[in-house]
Amino acid sequence: MTQPPLLTIILTPLLILALATLLTWVERRLLGLWQDRYGPNRVGPGGLFQAVADGIKLLFKQDWIPPFADKAVFILAPAIGMMTVMLSFAVIPVTARQSIADHLNVGLLFVLAMMSLGVYAVVLAGWASNSKYALLGGMRAAAQMISYEVFMGLSLLGVVMITGSFSLHDIVTAQSGLWFIIPQCAGFVVFLLAGIAETHRLPFDLPEGENELGAGFHTEYSGMKFGMFFLAEYAGIILVSALVTTLYLGGWQGPLLPPVLWFALKTGALVAFFILLRAALPRPRYDQLMALGWKVLLPVSLLNIAATGTVLMLHAPG
Amino acid sequence: MPVMILFAASLTVIGAVMVITRRIAVHAVLWLVVTFLALACVFTLLGAPFAAALEVIIYAGAIMVLFIFVIMMIGPAQPESDREKEWLRPRAWLGPAILATLLCGELLFGLRATPHTGTPAPITPRDVGLSLFGPCVMMVELASFLLLAGLVTAFHIGRHRPETP
Amino acid sequence: MSGTLRTLFLTFLHAFRRRETVQYPEEKPYLPPRYRGRIILSRDPDGEERCVSCNLCAVACPVDCISLQKAETEGRWYPEYFRINFSRCIFCGFCEEACPTYAIQLTPDFEMSEYSRPNLVYEKEDLLISGTGKYPDYNFYRVAGVPVPGKERGESEHERPPVDLHSLLP
Repeated sequence: MTQPPLLTIILTPLLILALATLLTWVERRLLGLWQDRYGPNRVGPGGLFQAVADGIKLLFKQDWIPPFADKAVFILAPAIGMMTVMLSFAVIPVTARQSIADHLNVGLLFVLAMMSLGVYAVVLAGWASNSKYALLGGMRAAAQMISYEVFMGLSLLGVVMITGSFSLHDIVTAQSGLWFIIPQCAGFVVFLLAGIAETHRLPFDLPEGENELGAGFHTEYSGMKFGMFFLAEYAGIILVSALVTTLYLGGWQGPLLPPVLWFALKTGALVAFFILLRAALPRPRYDQLMALGWKVLLPVSLLNIAATGTVLMLHAPG
Repeated sequence: MPVMILFAASLTVIGAVMVITRRIAVHAVLWLVVTFLALACVFTLLGAPFAAALEVIIYAGAIMVLFIFVIMMIGPAQPESDREKEWLRPRAWLGPAILATLLCGELLFGLRATPHTGTPAPITPRDVGLSLFGPCVMMVELASFLLLAGLVTAFHIGRHRPETP
Repeated sequence: MSGTLRTLFLTFLHAFRRRETVQYPEEKPYLPPRYRGRIILSRDPDGEERCVSCNLCAVACPVDCISLQKAETEGRWYPEYFRINFSRCIFCGFCEEACPTYAIQLTPDFEMSEYSRPNLVYEKEDLLISGTGKYPDYNFYRVAGVPVPGKERGESEHERPPVDLHSLLP
C-alpha cells in the first residue's frame, strides 16, 4: 500500500464538485430528451454553461437565515451533507492505481458509515428550520434512510461473502472472471433501490415531496446553502453509481478501452439510469415505500445472504 | 501515535461534557454524535477499524438518528427544561459525582499498575467474525434472543387490530 | 413491477422521438390573423381616424386598462387622448368586439417587453396605425345615419332618404 500523492487528495473533491455541477445540466438535458423537449441549451455550447450560470446566481443570492431557525444547526446541516458524500469518494477505486484509500480493509463499511452520517444533513435541516413542512420532511427522511440503510448493508453482504474482504480494491479484483451482477442479481437490485432511497432521489424523494411539503427539508434554505444540498444530492448520485459499478459491474475492468474509461462509462450509464427513473416514475405513497422496504427488500436480501452462504459452503475447499 | 489518540480521547471527554450541559436536546444529541465519532477515531488508532466502523454506522448513524427522530416527534417544551433545572440541585448530583471520581481515580491507578504491552496487532473483520462465532457464540445467541423478543413485541404493538367490542 | 419496467422502457424510447419545442427567437411560430396580441387603432380608407370615442371599449374592458377623452370637430367625435395601459391589459379582445366602428383591433404581435413599467402605457400616437387593419373597405361615416359636413341624413350607403313626417303619401 503506497501513500497517495497529495495532489490526488486535493483534486478528487474538486473533480467531484465539478462533475456534480455538470450533472445538474446533464440531468436537465436528459430529462428534456426523454420528454420530447430540449432543456437548457442557450448558455454556451449546447447550454453547457447553464450550470455555471446557476452557480453564479446561487452565490450572489442573499444568504438568509430565518429568524426562527436554530442558527448553528441550520448552517451545519448542508455542510454535513456535503462532507459525508465527499469523504465516501476516498475509498472508491477508479482504477487499480487511481484512488485515495481503496485498500482500506473496512472500505465498504466506511462508505456505509458515511452514508449513515449523511442522514443527519436532512434530519437536522428539517429540525433546525423550525417550520412544519421542513420538520415533516426531516422525519420522513430519518425513517426512510435508516430503514433503507439496513437493506443496503444486508444486500452488500453477498458480495463481501464471495470476496471475503471489505476492501473495495479486493472486490473489484475478485470480479475479473465474472461480474457480481450475475451471481448477486438480487443483491444488485436491492442495493440499487436502497441507493436511490438513500440519496432521496426520485421516485423515492419523499423527504422533499414538493407537492405536499413545499420543498420538504430544504423549504427554508436559499442561496448557496441550498446549493450545497443540491450539489450533495448530485454527488450522492455519482457516489451510488460508482459504488454499484465497483461492487457489481466489475469496476474498472473491461476489454480494449483503458480502465478509467470503463469506469466512467459504467458510472455514467448508471447515472443516466437514475435520471431515467426520475423522468419515468411517479412518487409512491409513504406507506408503500416503507412496505416495499420491510416486506419485499428485507426478505429478498436475507434470502440472498442465505443462498450465497449455502453455495459458498458447498463449494468450499475441504 | 499516542498524541493522536490522546487528542481524540480528549475530544471524546469534551463531547461528553457538552452532552450533559446542553439545554436543547438536539444539541446534546449532536454532541453525543461528536463523542461517538471521536471514540471511533480512538478505536481506529488503537488498531480496531472494524469496531470503529460499526460504532459510526450503528451508534452515530442509526441510534442517534432515532433519538433525534423521537425528539422531533415529541418536541420538549420550555417547562420541561425548567423542571430539569430543578432536578439538578447539588444535593442530587454531589454524592454520585464523588463516587464516580473515586472510581475514576481507582481506574487510573489500576491502569498505571498494569504493565505496558505495546500496540496490539490490528484486528481485522475476520478476527471479529471468528471470535463472534467461536468463543463468544453463546453471547451472540443470547443477544439474538433478546432482539427477537423485542421484534415480536414491536410487531404485536404495531399490529392493526380490527375494531372489536 | 412489469408495469414499472415498461414505463421505464417507453420513456427511454422517447429519446428517439422528434422534439416538440419551437426554438422561439430563431424559429417563429405561425400566428393566425385573428391572434389576440398588441392593440392598435385603425383608420378608415380615407385616412381619417375610425375611433368615435364612444367609450364602449373602456366599458367592456374587464381590467379597466383603456382610458380616453371625447372631443368634437365638424360634428365628428374623436378621442382627444386614447391611452391603453398594457401592463394591465389581458388581451381578451372584448374591446374589439365592443367597438362599433372597427377602430380598435388586436394584432398578431406580442413582442412588447419593456424594462420599465411606464413604458407599457401606450398613447394614441403609439396606437394609431396608418392602415385599415382587418377591414379594408369599411368607413363608419359612409354607412352610419349621422349627418356630418358633406353628407346629410339619408345619403349613406344602403340608406333610404328620411321619411317626411308631414306628408301622408305612402
